[in-house]
Amino acid sequence: MPRIVSITLQNTDDARPIIEAITADNADCTVHSYPGIVKIDRDDSLTVRRSSVEQRIGRDWDPQELHLSMVSMAGNLDEDDDYFNLSWS
Amino acid sequence: MTIDIKTLKVEPRRHTFGHIARRLGADKPASRYEEGTLDLQATTNFHYKPLWDVEHWHFDETRTAIRMSDWYALRDPRQYYYATYNIARANQYQATERNFEFVEKRGLLASLTPEWRDTLSFYLLPLRHVEWGANMNCTDICDRGYGTAITAPCIFSAGDHLAMAQIIGRVGLMLDGNLGNALDAAKAAWMDAPEWQGLRKLVEDSFVIKDWFEQFVAQNLCLDGLIYPLVYTKFEEEGRAKGGTAVTMLTEFMTDWFAEHSRWVDSVIKTTAAESPENKALLSGWFSAWGRAASEALTPLAIRVLGAEKGPAAVEACVATLKKRATALGLAAV
Repeated sequence: MPRIVSITLQNTDDARPIIEAITADNADCTVHSYPGIVKIDRDDSLTVRRSSVEQRIGRDWDPQELHLSMVSMAGNLDEDDDYFNLSWS
Repeated sequence: MTIDIKTLKVEPRRHTFGHIARRLGADKPASRYEEGTLDLQATTNFHYKPLWDVEHWHFDETRTAIRMSDWYALRDPRQYYYATYNIARANQYQATERNFEFVEKRGLLASLTPEWRDTLSFYLLPLRHVEWGANMNCTDICDRGYGTAITAPCIFSAGDHLAMAQIIGRVGLMLDGNLGNALDAAKAAWMDAPEWQGLRKLVEDSFVIKDWFEQFVAQNLCLDGLIYPLVYTKFEEEGRAKGGTAVTMLTEFMTDWFAEHSRWVDSVIKTTAAESPENKALLSGWFSAWGRAASEALTPLAIRVLGAEKGPAAVEACVATLKKRATALGLAAV
């Protein structure tokens, strides 16, 4: 049975392009909008790609900046210069 | 007793302004850049044509021969509006400030060879007048241009040129121990030295270009596209062997700025050229005319700095890079 990974981000001007990038890159993810926050769920794994976010915000972006908008997450984390990946290993 | 806390979700009636929603095709949250740019400029209900230009309205698409079905297609890939622009520049300027402190504290400019110190004063300091000219042009484009998408980044660019003129001025003051003689000599060179007269004429000619889009191509693509690589790459490479490493630190801002500025200019030119073959022909014509004029104007300066052999070769290399860039943007570069 697949296990769900999730990431919860603030619903802010900074986070919106990240949310957009996640929903574009991860097919079949479920987006829940709560007051002030957005929770994204997906089976097995979820990836935030540096290139997709950079393309949307028009400047260099370090995946570490994700932590400024992140509220919570579920899954084992694999962080790199180019992506931020959540999965259950 | 258990207390059950329930969250009540209130759906906002609107996520953004009506005119932005119409552009985005749906009422979804828009970025600050979009809200601060799209359809901001007035387009209608101008009561009288202005006395200073009776042929046109205050904002008038016919001030240029370029035709766009939508002037807001010319978006800035950097997504600069007031806040993002200022935050980005404040950070860059802080770095510049630190570099100046670093160089000053260690007296690094003392390691310049006397001969290169003269050359440096000769090629770098008069450039503050070129920067001032660029400031004039960018302000003028902002004034006569059409649509906030293009005019706003132009005025940001104008501010950047003033900042760079100041950086050059500070290098001049550092070179002569705050006496200001170096800057006076630079002004004299700008006015009288034969090596500078071609460029001075070109800058002055660019002030009176009637078509603001032509002015955009002349300033942002041709002049900037040759001056920055030539001065801050080619000249400084030559200077590094002569104790000029510190100067590269002081002018780091220009190198970073040029790379970033080019991204915006490229996107504007590319979108405009892709709009119609007429636009493409106009842009290509302006590019080849102003590109040639700029390379001719810079050659005497390059010869003075790099010598009779390396100078023209350096200009040639910069022209080749610029032509490659223009071809990639869809212009017919000749």
